[in-house]
Amino acid sequence: MKSLKGSRRAIPFLTLALSLFIVVALGTTQALAAWKPTRPIEFIIMAGKGGGADRIARLMQKIVTQNKWSPQPLVPINKKGGSGAEAMLYLLSKKGNPHVILVTLNSFFTTPALRKLPVNYTKLTPVYRLAMDTFLLWVNTKSGIKNMDDFVKAVKAKKGKWTMGGTGKMQEDQLVTNMLMQAYGLKGMITYVPFRGGGTVAKNLAGGHVDSTVNNPSEGLPHYPGKMRPIAALTPERIPAFKEVPTFKELGQPQLVYFMQRSINAPGGIPKDALNWYTDLFNKLCNSKEWKDYTSKKALNRACLSGAPLGKFFANEDVKHKKLLMGMGLLKN
Amino acid sequence: MEILGNLFYGLGIALSPQNLLMALFGVVLGVAIGAMPGLGSVNGVAILLPITFAVPPTSAIIFLAAIYYGAMYGGAISSITLNIPGASTAVATTFDGYPLARRGKAADALVTAAVASFIGGTFSIVLFTFFAPPLAEFALRFGPPEEFAVVLLAYATFAGLGGESPLKTLIATMLGLLMSTVGTDIVSGSPRLIFGGITGFYHGINFLVLAIGIYGVGEIFYTLEEGFKTKERYQAKLGVQEIISTLKNLRQCTATIMRGSLLGFFVGMLPAAGATPASFMSYSIAKRFAKNPQEFGKGALEGVAAPECANNAASTGSMLPMLTLGIPGSPTTAVMLGALFVWGLVPGPRLFVENAEFVWGLTGSLYIANTMAVIVAIFAVPIFIWMLRMPMTILAPIILVVCAVGGFSPTQDMFDVYLMFIFGAVGYIFRKLDYPLAPMVLALVLGGLTERTFRQSMIMSHGSPGIFFDFAGHPIAAVLMMVSVVLFVLPLIPMIFRFRVSRAGTSA
Repeated sequence: MKSLKGSRRAIPFLTLALSLFIVVALGTTQALAAWKPTRPIEFIIMAGKGGGADRIARLMQKIVTQNKWSPQPLVPINKKGGSGAEAMLYLLSKKGNPHVILVTLNSFFTTPALRKLPVNYTKLTPVYRLAMDTFLLWVNTKSGIKNMDDFVKAVKAKKGKWTMGGTGKMQEDQLVTNMLMQAYGLKGMITYVPFRGGGTVAKNLAGGHVDSTVNNPSEGLPHYPGKMRPIAALTPERIPAFKEVPTFKELGQPQLVYFMQRSINAPGGIPKDALNWYTDLFNKLCNSKEWKDYTSKKALNRACLSGAPLGKFFANEDVKHKKLLMGMGLLKN
Repeated sequence: MEILGNLFYGLGIALSPQNLLMALFGVVLGVAIGAMPGLGSVNGVAILLPITFAVPPTSAIIFLAAIYYGAMYGGAISSITLNIPGASTAVATTFDGYPLARRGKAADALVTAAVASFIGGTFSIVLFTFFAPPLAEFALRFGPPEEFAVVLLAYATFAGLGGESPLKTLIATMLGLLMSTVGTDIVSGSPRLIFGGITGFYHGINFLVLAIGIYGVGEIFYTLEEGFKTKERYQAKLGVQEIISTLKNLRQCTATIMRGSLLGFFVGMLPAAGATPASFMSYSIAKRFAKNPQEFGKGALEGVAAPECANNAASTGSMLPMLTLGIPGSPTTAVMLGALFVWGLVPGPRLFVENAEFVWGLTGSLYIANTMAVIVAIFAVPIFIWMLRMPMTILAPIILVVCAVGGFSPTQDMFDVYLMFIFGAVGYIFRKLDYPLAPMVLALVLGGLTERTFRQSMIMSHGSPGIFFDFAGHPIAAVLMMVSVVLFVLPLIPMIFRFRVSRAGTSA
């Protein structure tokens, strides 16, 4: 009887233990079978084929494919319309779908603000930041301009006819141009000529069709050092590939620092497990030898960031870009 | 003679078994992709890019260049047999290719297209081999005003070719230009004409959606009305004898092909312009020089040879700025340029020194890929002829499916497929009312470029149109503008003359 009594008392305990075991076991199986893509992943690029964002996306596709890090292929799709508006609206419409990701440029901040879109970074899931592209001020070697003093003098001498080539209006290059004009008292003296892509911008400087550009290093490299000369860098430290070029900070303009972030975003409301899978994937990518090689060769800053710090970074960048746009009078509070 | 040494070095690389296999594989895929309306070389190269990740860059670029090349040959196939241009470069090929096919001469047209492509391509490769660096310097001199002048020249050569009614041509052209403004403002980046925010309009109206719609779908609608009764119109013969007799007939096209090849290479080399304006210009010039201009549009072999030699010459030409300047001469080379970056190569003059194996391996492979492509294309002719013999009741649904795939693939947006069917109806109505389709397509293809280069020039000159006629500052632009003006005025002179005669007639 005693033993029976004991066992009877043990029953609730056993049930509890059993149910606990089941819960734990189920939990583990769930953890073991964590989310994996079951369909091809749409890799949305908010710019056209052949541009900077497109190149980076296809490089990522290459690294992921070669290392077999994903059971499903990444399929790059270009949605270039409306300076990235089309791509961002597409992600908004794919809320909760973990098989869509977006590779961004800085129009990720400027386009929603300028176009009053129903979507901005807060409606999406930040996944990973892989790099920060840098900017340099370039002139044609024939101009004879060797430093910032020469540059300012030459701009003033042209009496408002100086031209600056850059990619689309109100995008990165024009923001940088405006920062430059403000810092050096050149307001109204530089005409901004928008072109379709960074490569075309560089070619127009090399061919002498515009007077200066603020190209990324990778865009200027084909014409360097023969036709294009970097004058100063918009980075806090000198760019390793252009050791001889001073930063604006050294020249007494510490506010002239600007980066283009290259990051990955997913639609809002995707499952936590899916976010973890992507974070893990891009963490592997960002720390791969291939990515390190590419970023050092192209003078990009490799900048791996995810989770809460990435969200904070986006928030800061968003404020910064809104301020820049307001400073240009393009955006009202 | 250093170049000859380099060339043999490059041919050696290209003839290695692996590279030879890559070239053959690429050419066959390219011809198939080109023949599929809508797939075209841009999408073909982009889709197949991941395949190249497993091989070294030299083999990879050989593969991609072979696809590009093969697609140029293949593009003519659907233009001729189905009246559906597979790419913008093959639109001009429909003008005479399809009428030839309807007259049962599809084989002649296909063989002519292949041979003209081969000559244009080879011509261009030779220029590429020997003059790449100095030509790159020349291409650098083309800024926005020069590019605008080239585009205007393309319109000018095409003026007066629209058909009987200049007014209808003008209306069609304007409609095309209007459509090219839909989407994103090129200069400010803001969306426009999106009808209150229809997302499908954000990326603009894709050329292929219009071309496949008005040509392909429109043709099906038109055939439906005819009630499949004219089955015999697709009768076509093909044998060794037909091929030989076509080759003999080709002699009459010699001058056309030479002009077209030279023009194609130079226009293709200019960044931004590319193979499409080259093919249109070549067609119009061939018509102007022809002894039998009234034959054009009704099935003249020269009308097939001219655009085909030019678009192949241009495709090689557009690789020149890609390698030497790092800027794409065409949408396809833009994707290839992206691949170059993926492989860690930096385009520019230094590429020729630091990556000689890559550059010369590619150059060598172009000769080989071009030869392979002409053989593959000619061997493919019987397959397409056999396809044409299928009854329309089977062929029409297949074409419709292919059209839908073609409309979907460039943007991967269902909206474009619906739009394509709407354009199909437009194409049908246009044909009924005898409006020319080609000017509308040309205007849509060139519209964006026209607007962009014009506005860039005006910004550069601070609002003065004098920039286009500045012989000191922009001599190339000024000369091209003068030529365009002359070409625009020329067709008016006989018109005025005729007008006077008729007035004199009525008053008498």
